[in-house]
Amino acid sequence: MSVIVLAEHAQGAFKKKSQEAVQYASRIAAAMGTTVTAVAAGNISADELRTLGAYGAQKVLHVADARLDDLNSRAYSRMLVTAAQQEGAKVIICLHDTTGKAVAPRVAARLKAGMVGGAVADPVMSNGFTVKKSVFSGKAFANVSITSDVKVITLMPNTFGVKKGEGDATVESLSVAFDAADFGVAVKEVSKASGSVPLSEAELVVSGGRGLKGPENWGLIENLAAELGAATACSRPVADSHWRPHHEHVGQTGGTIRPNLYIAAGISGAIQHLAGVNGSKTIVVINKDPEAPFFKAADYGVLGDVFEVLPRLTDAVKKWKAAHS
Amino acid sequence: MKILVCLCPVPDTTTKIAFSDNNTTFNTAGVTFIINPYDEWYSLVRALELKEAGTATAVHLVTVGKADAEPVIRKALALGGDEAIRIDTDSNDPYVVAAQIAEFAKSEGYDMVLCGKESIDYNNGTVGAMLAELLDMNYLGFVSKIDVAGKTVTVKREIDGGEETDACDMPLVISCQKGVAEARIPNMRGIMAARTKPLKVVAPAAIENLSAIVSYEMPPAKTGVKMIATDNMDELVNLLHTEAKVI
Repeated sequence: MSVIVLAEHAQGAFKKKSQEAVQYASRIAAAMGTTVTAVAAGNISADELRTLGAYGAQKVLHVADARLDDLNSRAYSRMLVTAAQQEGAKVIICLHDTTGKAVAPRVAARLKAGMVGGAVADPVMSNGFTVKKSVFSGKAFANVSITSDVKVITLMPNTFGVKKGEGDATVESLSVAFDAADFGVAVKEVSKASGSVPLSEAELVVSGGRGLKGPENWGLIENLAAELGAATACSRPVADSHWRPHHEHVGQTGGTIRPNLYIAAGISGAIQHLAGVNGSKTIVVINKDPEAPFFKAADYGVLGDVFEVLPRLTDAVKKWKAAHS
Repeated sequence: MKILVCLCPVPDTTTKIAFSDNNTTFNTAGVTFIINPYDEWYSLVRALELKEAGTATAVHLVTVGKADAEPVIRKALALGGDEAIRIDTDSNDPYVVAAQIAEFAKSEGYDMVLCGKESIDYNNGTVGAMLAELLDMNYLGFVSKIDVAGKTVTVKREIDGGEETDACDMPLVISCQKGVAEARIPNMRGIMAARTKPLKVVAPAAIENLSAIVSYEMPPAKTGVKMIATDNMDELVNLLHTEAKVI
């Protein structure tokens, strides 16, 4: 009755958020008095598979089928359902990302398991099984009780962070009876944003709004982001005006992020924008309008012109890095 | 080609969220409901474009909700669509919503089912992929572009850290996000026409909830902003390191 967790990797190396998901699964397993079985697919070495032991997995089931290098949600869900049935799993964990959100609901529907998407805390099991999640796009939280025998959870990435422990997991190969229809989606072209940090996984984010006045000024945001090793984001008007690509849009109708640090430059902080970012651990707001509502949601505020403040902050980071390297 | 567009009524994006009954109920007093923006701006409009281009022969709209959902459905019909279906039950459990739609849709022969990438109220983002499983269809999530040629659908979609172009034969379920289409505003002719379009009420199937919301919480309030002078950015960086411990 182990806890099953889907572990995603990029080019054969586990993603940090997947290590976090394994660790989340291990706390649930400990509370239930059972063990964690991770499931990984595609081209990845046995050495890398074993490393999940350091995050709390006792066993890793590997499906080496190269067709799984692409995400076909049917094939992935069949793989997880097979693993869950083999292990007699009562809890199945995926990440609340583009992969997990395509796979976990299929698994839940197949197993008739209640599901919570985007958990932000460990389940409370003292009286049933209750999972806390963000609702109304970050304006509130709901505690959701799952009443079915099998439970499916997608974990919001970067909720807990990761602490590496000790130990190796045992690796077993899992055989899955795929059929041709499981691979009905053909991938024609992949374009990965190279060099930059994916926004959904970023621990530090620098974001710009209308106060930047135009796309030609985005160097100010990018320079600070580069100095910090941060991802870049933007507000809705900026994406709507095509100053920045729409996948950078954070807010109620864009992406929801919860980085450790969110620096908002020239963003007033309308309720729709706050909804997407108020899970950030620390918020810095730079704005020349003292009435900007964002200051009320900020930890640190700088009242000033972004064109003056951003270069100074970039320099200060550079100086600090030099002193701390 | 028949398209089914799934619509979810949600509180307007400017809504201040409040709860009643000891934080167990979402307080809808004074709340304006709209069509979930991802459903309206992207799924519905793209379905209408495909019909206008002669690619789709029928566009049906479906929602799971009680009679109070009807004004929102009429608003969607004012944008376009041939008929609407309301499955007469209410649930916050994504499985129930997906299973109710699947029960209705399975005998209707839809070639394409469109959803938004998530609803902006409960943010599970699960109904589309659940529907695909229950209808035994392929699923493409986080799609920003949809083209149809014959029975093949080509999409651009977001993947972890990038974008992908995929091809897949119908039938399939797609969840839509920004890029799929541009939002439209209903015109007077559409609003008049919507009044007489069929809005069928379908009795729900007997499907049990697998989850339930037991309580709500508000996020902890920020304790107050610490203001830093513009000529003191060294101090800000120092605080981010020593106090906030984020760099």
